[in-house]
Amino acid sequence: MTEQNIGRRRLLKSMSAGFAATVASPLVFTSRGYAQEFCNNPGDKDPIFGFNVPQTGTYAEEGLEQLKGYELAVKHINGEGDGGLMNTMKPMALKGNGILGRKLQYVTGDTQTNTDAARDGARRMIERDGAIMVTGCVTTGEAVAQQALCHELGVIYMSGLTHGNDTTGKDKRRYGFRHFFNGYQSGVAIAPILAEEYGRERRAYHLTADYNWGWTQEESIRDATEALGWETVKAVRTPLGIGDYSQYLTPVLNSGADVLILNHYGHDMVNSLPQAVQFGMRERMANGKQFEIIVPMFSELMAVGAGDAVKGIIGTQNWNWQLEDEGSKAFTNSYGAAYGEPPSQSAHTGYVQTLLYADAVERAGTFYPPEVIKALEDFEFDGMGNGPTLYRGSDHQCFKEVLAVRGNSNPTSRFDVLEVIGTTDREKVTYDHAIFGGELGPYEPNQC
Amino acid sequence: MNAFLAQLLNGLDKGGAYALIALGLTLVFGTLGVVNFAHGALFMLGCFCAVTFRYFLTIETVTIDPTKLSPWGAPVEVRTPLVQSWLGDWGAILVDYSVPISVLFTVPVMLVIGIAMERGLIKHFYKRSHAEQILVTFGLAIVLQEIVKSFFGANPKPQPIPADLRMAADVGAWFGMEAQKLTYPLWRLIYLLFSLGVIGAVFAFMRYTTFGMVVRAGMADRETVGLLGIDIDKRFTIVFGMAAVVAGVAGAMYTPLLPPNYHIGMDFLVLSFVVVVVGGMGSLPGAVVAGFLLGVLQSFASMNEVKSIIPGIDQIIIYLVAIVILLVRPRGLMGRSGVMES
Repeated sequence: MTEQNIGRRRLLKSMSAGFAATVASPLVFTSRGYAQEFCNNPGDKDPIFGFNVPQTGTYAEEGLEQLKGYELAVKHINGEGDGGLMNTMKPMALKGNGILGRKLQYVTGDTQTNTDAARDGARRMIERDGAIMVTGCVTTGEAVAQQALCHELGVIYMSGLTHGNDTTGKDKRRYGFRHFFNGYQSGVAIAPILAEEYGRERRAYHLTADYNWGWTQEESIRDATEALGWETVKAVRTPLGIGDYSQYLTPVLNSGADVLILNHYGHDMVNSLPQAVQFGMRERMANGKQFEIIVPMFSELMAVGAGDAVKGIIGTQNWNWQLEDEGSKAFTNSYGAAYGEPPSQSAHTGYVQTLLYADAVERAGTFYPPEVIKALEDFEFDGMGNGPTLYRGSDHQCFKEVLAVRGNSNPTSRFDVLEVIGTTDREKVTYDHAIFGGELGPYEPNQC
Repeated sequence: MNAFLAQLLNGLDKGGAYALIALGLTLVFGTLGVVNFAHGALFMLGCFCAVTFRYFLTIETVTIDPTKLSPWGAPVEVRTPLVQSWLGDWGAILVDYSVPISVLFTVPVMLVIGIAMERGLIKHFYKRSHAEQILVTFGLAIVLQEIVKSFFGANPKPQPIPADLRMAADVGAWFGMEAQKLTYPLWRLIYLLFSLGVIGAVFAFMRYTTFGMVVRAGMADRETVGLLGIDIDKRFTIVFGMAAVVAGVAGAMYTPLLPPNYHIGMDFLVLSFVVVVVGGMGSLPGAVVAGFLLGVLQSFASMNEVKSIIPGIDQIIIYLVAIVILLVRPRGLMGRSGVMES
């Protein structure tokens, strides 16, 4: 028979250990339970962002620029480089030591300028790579698809270049946020410039890229120009990425129109605008007036791609590196030092969206999406290059100044092909979110 | 009336490209009996001959000017194209006219590619079924696409029209109409004339040279020509090279109209096969007539008056015509009786 001697000290030790374990165990289980409450909780690991942009396809150039913006933002958030807009953004919670003290990591994907590929890429980033946030796109189709998927999986999506009204309109989601301006705001911003430059008696012919961005852009510009007194002669849909627009441009010449409005973007516009110029439309007289071409939505890369055809053409932009405010200068210097050229609005959007999400996490003190969403909703900030900006809570659309630009007639380099000819105040481009319908949906996340 | 004439010009311009590609395709089928699905890739390679030629002409030297700073604080880079620094104004003209001049570069390159393709791969499939020929040439097309993609990337490479030709011609005024009533891009008219010139040259070569006569005889009766002691295979190899050249120059001159990417050949291949089928497999005049016919029909189908009656007709008109032709006249418009009818 074995004799068991349990001493007083040993008994006390055992009791203490048992008590400690009993007290601590709810904390441990709560922590684990909390960790599993939302998709891809980084826990103690470094957070991973998913940068999903077109690296091939019609809008690849814009996508690659956006990616540069994202990568620069990661550097700055992690404390590398000169800090860029982290020095000018107000208020700013980030400290240059990552997010919540953890170094930011990222994965990249190629949407191929294709909605299905964008959705597949975003799903891969969430399910395989463990991305806590997905961002990037150059079309509204990509944005809407990724936004819906991310909402379904409970991961926040910060859209890139998406200008269609639907993204924060009928297709808006609680988990989707857009910094970029939209077609409605372009219409409001460009209308007074068009009235001043071309008068109030014009007959417009629209060529519109046949997908949701094109449709909403056309609708917004039609509403804005018709409110000026312009007549819409015809609106023709063109397939995305066809390249040769001659069969669509030929009917314009004898349509009775004196303005051609190209609701095209990226390579579509890079093809259609020079072809319209080749058809002699810039030299043409119609209805006793000089024939004009308008591209309501511009980017620097498109302007470079379109070459001389862009000179004198009026459009709108989200941001331009030549702006004189402190934030724009800081970003231009920082980006120029990193890449040897000034940033495009695509790079700016990517950079700003990453910073805004990271800052919201820092302010919320957690990656838990509902808290981050609440930190972004109705967040007022400044110093990011567009003046005082509001991330409106009711539709997750940013409201800020919108730029009217014109193709520079005497560019000194390939970087100043667009000149800013006016800005429209934030108040003027603010609208009732109800006009575009849609529901944001619940805060509580789904499991991925 | 002006709208009608403008669309007619547009159709002829499109038809020129279709006819040029279909001409090479039917030349290969008529001589070698090969259904060449890699023909679109030859058009694509021609496009990239123009891109490569311009790339060489625009190689620059980059020097840093430390005395000047860019708005973002970096020293200004001064870029000088080598050709311009060597040849002065002539260098600038050479760069400006790179697309039309690239045709001279494209001809020998495509001839070599065509002959190499025929000797290296196609000749092993002469006696195989059309299905096998289609499979192997389609595979070859994909390989060529991927090679081009690895060198040039996936994005389109815009090529400029020479500055002096970057305008609309007042075609109406040429025919006594009121000024500016019927205008059309000058480069598209040049492309139309170019395609007519190439088509004429091919027909003249086949009609008026001994080489062409032998090839035509070989197309009609290969064995008998062989029995006369003529190495018909050698001539057919050269014909394959010619077809490659025709597709190549068609592609090179088309680059200012449609920025080429690695996939451009596939886009044209489907159309050109429809053209060949409508024209009649193996019929050179049929390919040309069908090319222009389908180009014009596609253009007219794009008129708003037509689309208001049948929306979307411009996207399907070519295929509708092909279906009707295949049902009514399976050999095509000018095809020989018994060729690919079943």
